Amino acid sequence: MDLLSPIKDHHSERRLFITRVIFSSIVAITLLAFVVARLVQLQILDYEHFAEQSQGNRIRIEAVPPIRGLVFDREGRVLAENLPAYQLELIPEQIHDIDDTLNRLAGLELIEADAIPQLKTLIASGPRFKPVTLRLRMSEEEVANFAIQRPRFPGVDLRPRLVRYYPHGPAVAHAVGYVGALSENDLQVLDIARYAATGQTGKTGVEQSFENTLHGEPGYQHVVTDARGRVIPADTGELLDSLPADAHPTPGSNVYLSIDLDLQLLAQKALEGRRGAIVAIDPWSGEVLAMVSAPSFDPNLFAAGMTTSQFAELQDDLNRPLFNRALRGTYPPGSTIKPMLSLAALQVGATNLTRKRVCIGYFMLPNSTHRYRDWRPEGHGEVDLHDAIEQSCDVYFYELSVDLGIDNMHYYLDQFGLGKATGVDVRGERIGINPSRDWKRSAFSNPDDQRWYHGETVIASIGQGYMLTSPLQLANATAALATRGTRFRPHLVAASEDGLSGQRTLIRPERIADADVDNEFYWDTVLGAMHDVMQGVRGTARQVGLGAPYEMAGKSGTAQVFSVAQEEEYEEEEVEERLRDHALFISFAPLDDPKIAVAVIVENGSSGSRVAAPIARAIMDEYLGVTDVAR
Amino acid sequence: MWQGEEHRLVTRKAAPLSDFARLMRRLSIDGPLLGSVILICAFGLVILYSAVGESTRLTVNQFVRLGIAIVAMLLVAQISPDFLRRWTPWAYVAGLILLLLVLVTGEVGQGARRWLNIGIRFQPSEMMKLAVPMAAAWYLHDRPIPPRAGQLLIIVAMIFVPTLLIARQPDLGTALLIAASGIIVIVLAGLPVRLMIALAVLAVPGALVLWNYMQDYQKQRVLTLLNPDSDPLGAGYNIIQSKIAIGSGGLFGKGWTNGSQAQLEFLPERDTDFIFAVMGEEFGLLGVLALLVLYVFVIGRGLWIATQAHDTYSRLLAGSISLTFFVYVFVNTAMVSGLIPVVGVPLPLVSFGGTSMVTLMAGFGILMSIHSDRKLLPH
Repeated sequence: MDLLSPIKDHHSERRLFITRVIFSSIVAITLLAFVVARLVQLQILDYEHFAEQSQGNRIRIEAVPPIRGLVFDREGRVLAENLPAYQLELIPEQIHDIDDTLNRLAGLELIEADAIPQLKTLIASGPRFKPVTLRLRMSEEEVANFAIQRPRFPGVDLRPRLVRYYPHGPAVAHAVGYVGALSENDLQVLDIARYAATGQTGKTGVEQSFENTLHGEPGYQHVVTDARGRVIPADTGELLDSLPADAHPTPGSNVYLSIDLDLQLLAQKALEGRRGAIVAIDPWSGEVLAMVSAPSFDPNLFAAGMTTSQFAELQDDLNRPLFNRALRGTYPPGSTIKPMLSLAALQVGATNLTRKRVCIGYFMLPNSTHRYRDWRPEGHGEVDLHDAIEQSCDVYFYELSVDLGIDNMHYYLDQFGLGKATGVDVRGERIGINPSRDWKRSAFSNPDDQRWYHGETVIASIGQGYMLTSPLQLANATAALATRGTRFRPHLVAASEDGLSGQRTLIRPERIADADVDNEFYWDTVLGAMHDVMQGVRGTARQVGLGAPYEMAGKSGTAQVFSVAQEEEYEEEEVEERLRDHALFISFAPLDDPKIAVAVIVENGSSGSRVAAPIARAIMDEYLGVTDVAR
Repeated sequence: MWQGEEHRLVTRKAAPLSDFARLMRRLSIDGPLLGSVILICAFGLVILYSAVGESTRLTVNQFVRLGIAIVAMLLVAQISPDFLRRWTPWAYVAGLILLLLVLVTGEVGQGARRWLNIGIRFQPSEMMKLAVPMAAAWYLHDRPIPPRAGQLLIIVAMIFVPTLLIARQPDLGTALLIAASGIIVIVLAGLPVRLMIALAVLAVPGALVLWNYMQDYQKQRVLTLLNPDSDPLGAGYNIIQSKIAIGSGGLFGKGWTNGSQAQLEFLPERDTDFIFAVMGEEFGLLGVLALLVLYVFVIGRGLWIATQAHDTYSRLLAGSISLTFFVYVFVNTAMVSGLIPVVGVPLPLVSFGGTSMVTLMAGFGILMSIHSDRKLLPH
């Protein structure tokens, strides 16, 4: 034992220890006081602030999509509706092996094997709790098939939703249009707040042009979410009780088209296997009764979502099924403009009701050897205006055009709405070309090209050359002929019906400026000649007009696609199908009380009177309630 | 020297004891301490049930751990302080060896090497939480206090060798707690006030040295504390969400299992380090203060036991265990309420997890042992 080591003084040591314990306790209590003060600051003084922040954290307003308005035809038959359908969804966070799951789904042919890489990128891009749509619409068979296999696919599920459905598919595709998935471009144009919950928007036709009417207003609901934005299911719903009430969405308005489904189906059938377009208009209102473009496509593919290969097939099809020929196709009108040019010539005095010319099969401008040929090589002989229209004598109009001049032609064709926007209520129409000196000056940059040549006037008189019109414009012009100059803006939508109240708003016909032809005699002559085209002794379409219990008027047209060299004969059989002439026909009926005006274009159909005219007749028969009388 | 062996035979005159109290005394159980600890644990389980998203499985899991820890406490309470003191150096040396082993062969988890697998998987640093203050108290036991400068240096070395080893794992939170438990021993042993002031002054350059030694994530925590809004979705997220949780609890709280911050997973680590925020949100200021009162009672009881202890070792150890427990409570609550940087310190007896619970309870067992030992001595 080290006796020199200091002796422990237990009492002083204990005193020292107790002093130190007291000292430490004071320090501890001080520190604890800081914590308590902090808690008071957070929970009492700043309570409001933090309470608000915690509310904002957990409550999210979620938009509820409105139900899209339906589209009906003029009789109330459904053209576009919303049907419940099952979509196949996958929730990434619930799936252990995504590759394996996708491969097995492809094995069951529920998804396309080709689409797997694309789906994988899609799955990787979103939050892991958010469902990824694998297939938009499953057939009943596929739904049943998956239902059996479902236990083998945890994290994959079927979800019902409303899908746009077009019961008549291709027949109304170009008129009604279709809806498709919202794209980035759509979102730049549309009101993002209104489309917060909407997945699809109208892409073409009425669906596009009346998007605003059809869409409706979204509602909203409060949902409780966790920190990752996951919506908490209803069982934590007591959190919601103190919140403002949810708002129900307002369904979109229903839209009634002026389209007559029977007529539409007939027109669609008439163009089966062909490329072309048909537009039928009620002349006294501008209501479009039928609008068909062939070939067509199934709009349900867009609404339900299609594979890239399906889309590529549609897009790459040489017949261009997605192209709306009725609205956007522009064709040389051919001889169909002859009635309008006749009125123009009468109006400006370039011809009169009795003046006759001799048609020898061709026409030559003074100081030129170029022969402008008549469609009938041997010529029509002596013809007046009536005969020229009835027999479609080209030479008569060649001669007439020299006196009429291109600017007069332009003026009167413009009066009938050719080469300019019809103002139809569906977006996307092409305006075509109604040539004039001014037009040529602005259309070309090279000074040589800007000059107007006489020869160009000559070919313009039979609707060739620069002249291009859309089927809609032709039908619209035909309607103006039928009404003797009274014109209406063509439209497809006749009425809308409020989605909630069911109150209908009729869309009144919008009359626009009359065609500038005021002499009834002129109308009598021209419309009479058009009548004889179909029901006269020598009419080009007299075969078509046979046996009809009503009087009709029409005019055929044949538009050159392939230019025939001088001195050559046009041999139909030798020309490839796609180089054959386009067949056109315009007509209206009944003659004295017109109810329908029709324009038919059959691409490469060769002959207006033989190919296009029968279609026009069938449509008029159908609309006027005539059942096969003679044929 | 007197070791007071003969005095053991003398019994103090006392009021008659009930059978229950006699049993408690025989089992070296301190009723007030046991009662308050069980209250905290019970309170903790209630909060935990809410914090783990009402998972019965996890709550039962924690309940079992608590039971094991309380059994451990009662077992440790049977060990006499003398026995403990004699074995202290061995425990300390064994702990150091295990810490070295961890650095060499330890298992990696969450970016740190803290676990050792020798039959059972455990953290040697947990053992050091008790071994370090025990070693410091053991060293001072035979020596007069306040200690002289040379002795101080030895104790400081005894404290800082394991501290640095643990900081290397890296586990800054535990390292700081262990250093604190050792330093508390020195302070209680009468570290001169002048020296404490000098050390406090030196702390400033020391902090700068420490800054350079810190890992990037540790630096980030300090920076985040100073301005949590600078990185609201990154490092500041925890503090911001925790403050929202506590603040939105108000005076009375949102009610049990109704804390939106906690239930909707805005609050990170809601069942471990940030469980205090769940409390604050669901039980409000009143609930939080109630818990703090319980803690203060446990600490006060521990300190009272320390002042009643009969020898230096027991006194210093009991004082250190009690005050270290305070440090736990303070660091966690201050960190969760955004007063100090986020260091990984759980809320004692409440946070989910078993290892630290056993250590804490063992500490309370030592307190009980010291307390019952005292009762056999004359005044």
